[in-house]
Parts: sequence; C-alpha cells; structure tokens
Amino acid sequence: MKDSPAASRLIQLGFLTAALTAWYVAGRFSAIPPLFLPPIDAVWSSLNGLIRTEEFWSAIGVTLSTIAKAYGIAVVLGVLAGYLVTRSRFLTAVLEPVISALFSIPITLFLPLFILVFGIGTASKVAYGAAYGFFPIALNTIAGLSRVDRRYLAAARALGISAFGTVRHVMWPAAFPVILTGLRIGFFIAFASVLGGETISSVEGVGRNIALSAELLEPARMYAWIVVVVAAALVLNGAVSAIENRMRGE
Amino acid sequence: MSAEVTAARPAAISVRHLTHRFGAEGAASSVLAIDNLSLDVVQGEFLCLLGPSGCGKSTLLNIIGGLVIPTEGEVLVHGRPMNRPMPDRLAFVFQESTLFPWYTVSENFTIAFKYRGVARSEWRDRTTEALASVGMAEFARHYPNQLSVGMRQRVNLARGIAAGTDILLMDEPFAALDEQSRMVLGEDLSVLLARTGKTIVFVTHSLAEAVFLSDRIVLMSARPAHIKQIITVDQPHPRLPEFMLEPRFSELRNRCYAALRDEIRAAMTMQASPLGTSEGA
Repeated sequence: MKDSPAASRLIQLGFLTAALTAWYVAGRFSAIPPLFLPPIDAVWSSLNGLIRTEEFWSAIGVTLSTIAKAYGIAVVLGVLAGYLVTRSRFLTAVLEPVISALFSIPITLFLPLFILVFGIGTASKVAYGAAYGFFPIALNTIAGLSRVDRRYLAAARALGISAFGTVRHVMWPAAFPVILTGLRIGFFIAFASVLGGETISSVEGVGRNIALSAELLEPARMYAWIVVVVAAALVLNGAVSAIENRMRGE
Repeated sequence: MSAEVTAARPAAISVRHLTHRFGAEGAASSVLAIDNLSLDVVQGEFLCLLGPSGCGKSTLLNIIGGLVIPTEGEVLVHGRPMNRPMPDRLAFVFQESTLFPWYTVSENFTIAFKYRGVARSEWRDRTTEALASVGMAEFARHYPNQLSVGMRQRVNLARGIAAGTDILLMDEPFAALDEQSRMVLGEDLSVLLARTGKTIVFVTHSLAEAVFLSDRIVLMSARPAHIKQIITVDQPHPRLPEFMLEPRFSELRNRCYAALRDEIRAAMTMQASPLGTSEGA
C-alpha cells in the first residue's frame, strides 16, 4: 500500500489541500499583509472575473503562441546542431564543452540585447526562449548521437546498411531516449524563459499582466494570473510526460 | 577471374602477407597486432581461429570481413580483394549484443534485407525460414530483451544465415552463454552447417568448441599474431555429442592446449605491461 501509486497521489493531494487550507486560514486571520498574500477567496473571485474578459484569453493566446514558436525553433536548431556536430568526432570534441560552457551562462543577461535587436514585442521573447531552450536539446542530441554503442555501428556496416540508413535505423533510435530527455528539459526552459521575459519587459502576454498587476498594486489579480500559470504548468507537465512515455514505448 | 584459384580445392578466402598495426609506427602507443600472416580458407570448410585473448583473432576476422583495412597485405574473397564490408559475399555473426534492441526480431532481419536489395515480397518467408532453422519461428514479434541470452544468440545466428552468403564470419558468437547452452548451440550449428555447406571462419577461445566444430583449427601466437600451427580435425559433419567422448577428442583438445600454453602465458605477461612492449625487445 505504501508504495502504490494511489498512495503517493493521495499524499500529494494531502499536501495541496494543507497548503490551500493554510492560505485560507492566513487570510481569515489577516496573518499576512494582504499586499503580499491576499486572501484565497479574493484571488478566486478575481480569477473568476478575469476569465470572463477578452484580454485574458488574448494574453493566454499570445503567450502560448510565443512558447510554441520559441520551442519549435529550439527543437529544430538544437537537434540539427547536435546532429551536425556529431558528424565529426573532432568537431564533437571541440564544440561539446563550448556549448556546455555557454549553457552555464545565465542567458537572462542577454534579454536586454534581445529586446534591443527584436523589439519589445513577442519576437524578443521568441528569440530568448529559443536561445535558452536550444542548449539542453543540442547538448542531449550530441550526447545521444556521439555515444552510440560502436558494436551496433559495426553490425550496421557488416549488414550493409547505408550511411543514411545507419543514422535513421541505428543512431537515431539508439540516441532517442537521451534526446527525448533534452526535448523535455528544453520545453520547460522555453516555457519559463518566455514567461520570465514577458514579466521583465513586454507589452502583452501572461507575464506582462502579472508584472502590471503588481505595479498597479492589485495583488489578488496578480495571484489570479499566477494560479493560471501554475495550472498551465501542471497540465503541460502531465502532457509532456504522457507524450514521453508513449514515445519511449512504455 | 583471378589466376589464384587453380588449386585442387578452391580457396574461398585467401589472406596474403597480412600485417596490421594499431597507431602510427614508432609511436609509443603503437601495437603490432598481426605480423605477416598468410592463410587460405578452403570452400565449405569450418575454420577456427584459436588463441589467447587479445592475440588479434578478432582483428583478423574484422579485416577478412572488410570492417578494418589492414596496414599491409590483402584479403581475397573468391579471388576479389576485400576493402570494405561486402554483405552480399560474407555475413557476420557477432556476439549477441548486436541485435538492435529497438527493433523486433523480424525487424532486425528486414532491416538487413532492405539494404541488401532483397525483394520486399521475400522478406517474410526468408525471416521465417531462418528463424525456423534455429527453432525460433514463434518469436518473430518479440523484442531482443524479451528473450534469454541463448535465444538471442540463436536469432543472431539466424540473421547471419538469412543473409544467404556462402561465407559466414563468426566472432565468439557463444561467448556470452553458459557452457551447457554453448554446447547445445554448437551441436545445432554443426547440424545446420552440414546442410548448408557454408564456408565458416569462427573465432573462439574455447578449446572444446574449436575441436567440436572445426575442420581445421588455426592456433595463433600471442601478439603480434602469426600462425603457430594448424590442426586438422578429420571428422564428418554433423557431429554428435558422442564425438566429445571419443579419446581422439581429448587428444586433439590436449594438443591444442599444449601448443597454446606458452602463448597464453606470453599474452598474460603482455597484459601486465599493457602496451605490448615485449615485441620490440
């Protein structure tokens, strides 16, 4: 019973209920200044009002399409770069540590530059999310493709499988689990980067609305937006895990 | 046709003055793996390369198969030089781990057929036939890791046979098996080969396996590999387990061991000083 998935779900649900109850109790007794944490019912009614507005749905639409574009670019460029780098063992030896080192730099430092180049609109957030998401995808693609068991490659050669066939039927499936992990990390980094970028500097989108609510001293509205992001993150995490398990054939 | 094939029994494989060195000559890490080795493999024979581990048996097999290009010398297969893998002329059977785990058993066959230009209509029948020959027909849709090590090796063997080549190169195909499974698969192999009449070069370091399966056993020296002695096993295929009980079997086995004992010791000292410096001394 202790190890069953139902038991762990129950414990997780228990934690969530406890946190929400604590929030409710804190609001009830004004334990925390409402500017920092407004009562849960105030946030609820704010959220209720919010989802009835057109600006809410347009902000959601802007943010989702920005994430989709950023992630799409990161996937295409990351996998392509990983593939091209691993075409040569020399290039892998040279570039893998370089890409890895670049990834350790907080790319947020370059957000002002992205805004300078791409403007304050969504394009700068697409570029920022794509640049950040690129790294884990490229690094995992390199790791996966460059560490394919050499016995499989010898077998492919002995079986007469062509160079392209070897990439398609041997290297890609051998590297796939590692690449998939990169795709997953890349997705959440692109998601976080786009929202972060919007919050720091933008004219529209979910992040912008969170920042604006804080500036206008409307904490209930700000928390309502945050609840939306948390809910979206949970749903996306579930969806990504489901897709991943499916692709891993589990 | 080359003029070489004029002997009484034609050579399927001719190895001519083969020398192979890993790393550049003179470099500290350079290792001379094979030293001026010549050998003819007669058509239809089962030839075993037997020698201490690390002596260059697998390197020799990889050169014969065109997977490794030798430093000097050449390999002729049916009179034509081998300088790349030629899957239509010879098939490899590696250790069991080379079945692609992301494909089912039958997909592991069809992928090879696809790139060898076998007509799609034949894929199914040839896969079934090859699997049936090793008693694995009902496992076509399994994934390799759903099978035991012994079953996987049967499938691996079948993949080599399904290639339909005259020549089969086998690199310690039973190394991952326990002794009992190894003997059983060895018997099956002997029966199977008696039917097909393929030419086989088989690498092993098991004395009993070598004597049980081979028509000729090539005893190889410690690195750099050259031929120390060739022992003929005059016993028709298919061979039955009773063969192992005959005094002749033990006698042949002992002869192999006596010839190899010093080489095994030499190889062990060499492994203690890893870069094989003894060759220069």
